[in-house]
Amino acid sequence: MSVLVVVECDGGEVKKSSLEVASYGSQVAQMLGTTATAIAVGEVTEANLALLGEQGISKVLYDAEPRLKDFVNGAYTKLIAAAAQKEEAKVIVLANSNIGAAVGSRLSIRLEASIATNVVELPKTDGGKFVVKRGAFSGKAFADVELAGDRKIIAVKKNSIEALHEAGKTAPVESFSAQLTDADFADAPKEVIMQDQAGGVLLPEADLVVSGGRGMKGPENWNLIEDLAKALGAATACSKPVSDVDWRPHHEHVGQTGITVSPNLYIACGISGAIQHLAGVNSSKVIVVINKDPEAPFFKAADYGIVGDVFDVLPRLTEAVKQLN
Amino acid sequence: MKFLVCISNVPDTTTKITFTPDNKEFNKAGVQFVINPWDEYALTRAIELKEAQGAGTVTVLNVGEADTEPNIRKALAIGADDAIRVNAHPKDAFFVAKQIAAVAKDGGYDVILMGKESIDYNGFQVHGMVGELLGIPTVAPAMKLDMSGNTATLEREIEGGKEIVEVNAPFVASCQQPMCEPRIPNMRGIMTARTKPLKVVEATADAARTEVETFALPPAKQGVKLIPAENAGELIRLLRNEAKVI
Repeated sequence: MSVLVVVECDGGEVKKSSLEVASYGSQVAQMLGTTATAIAVGEVTEANLALLGEQGISKVLYDAEPRLKDFVNGAYTKLIAAAAQKEEAKVIVLANSNIGAAVGSRLSIRLEASIATNVVELPKTDGGKFVVKRGAFSGKAFADVELAGDRKIIAVKKNSIEALHEAGKTAPVESFSAQLTDADFADAPKEVIMQDQAGGVLLPEADLVVSGGRGMKGPENWNLIEDLAKALGAATACSKPVSDVDWRPHHEHVGQTGITVSPNLYIACGISGAIQHLAGVNSSKVIVVINKDPEAPFFKAADYGIVGDVFDVLPRLTEAVKQLN
Repeated sequence: MKFLVCISNVPDTTTKITFTPDNKEFNKAGVQFVINPWDEYALTRAIELKEAQGAGTVTVLNVGEADTEPNIRKALAIGADDAIRVNAHPKDAFFVAKQIAAVAKDGGYDVILMGKESIDYNGFQVHGMVGELLGIPTVAPAMKLDMSGNTATLEREIEGGKEIVEVNAPFVASCQQPMCEPRIPNMRGIMTARTKPLKVVEATADAARTEVETFALPPAKQGVKLIPAENAGELIRLLRNEAKVI
């Protein structure tokens, strides 16, 4: 018996959200009196995989097959299922990412496991039950969900679990193969197009987010958002009306029908705070709202607020960050 | 081509969420239910592709009790040809996926579409489960879907970018923007929807694998601390020294 954690990698490194997943998995292993093994997918160096020891991982499995560098749903599912069988995994932990959810849902059928996505806390195991807390109603509520059966799959929401860092601990890295065939690569990408990240931070992985709404008046004013984001090392985002009129690309749209973010800091500029937008951001640790309308509903959901003109306030904030640094 | 579009019946996006006194169930009282917004992309795109092909059918499938029928009729009014309702409370993602797979197996559908997730349960699981149960590929979440003969070209969103994926039918895709502009019913659609076939079938005997013990609302905010606009720099100091987030 063991806990298996699925670690997503990119550009030679383990993604930050996967460090949280690894930390979650090793803590579950401890609760169950066993150890946590990681199976890594994506492009990564062996040295960085060994460092997963810092998150409490006992052993890392990695298949260096080049076609696994990009996400392939079929092949990833088979690889992780094979690792789960080999390690006799009772609990499998993944990131609540596009990859994690796509693979986890297939795995739940193949391994006859119960599954919970969007999980925000370590499980409670009182009275022989296995209960996890997960986000529901697009961030407007939480649900405690009991997972039945012998095997469980948990997809952990980003930035809900503190990553462990036991400096200097390393884990052995073993090569692992699942005898993948061409058929497993049926959904392999013909092409992978990454967003232009020139000096920017990816929104789904960001700790700090600066977001703009209709109050920014037009795409030509987005340099004010970008300047502050750059000074802070933050990602940029927007509200639905902004992506609907193509001022900004849809992958920046945060809200109930866009992406849900849970950064440490969310700065909303010229966004009134419709209930659908709040649903996408209300698990942010600290929310700052800048709006010239003191009646904007967003102020009720904020920790800090400035009632003022974004065109006046944003340059001042950017200047203050630069001075602080 | 035969399209199967799975739709979920969810509270309108403006709904203030509350629960029954025992916190075990969502409080439906006074709540307007709509077609899950993500599913609208799947429905409209299926209709567009059928129209482009000049042949085929779009069947709408919902797992739900009789109170979901107004939204099934709405899907028919938007342009689906017929509908199937599996008469059951959608207990969890696994149970729903089993129902969809059972209907799909019987119907011989080429393309099975649904939204990325439902905005109430936010599972983001049903598409993968259905694909696995049927032994066919799943592309999730898809931002673009084009068909040429039996081959589909899709854009799959990954964190920080997208993949261009080609799969042959049959396959499952979960849909999101900017796949299409979701249609709304017109008067003619509403009239014809009344007489389109809506078949009710009984559920399979599968049990759910998960159960909600309690629902809870997020803790309320403590109240906003306002900083005067002319002293905006003070905010940055507070974020570093008080909130400790930068």
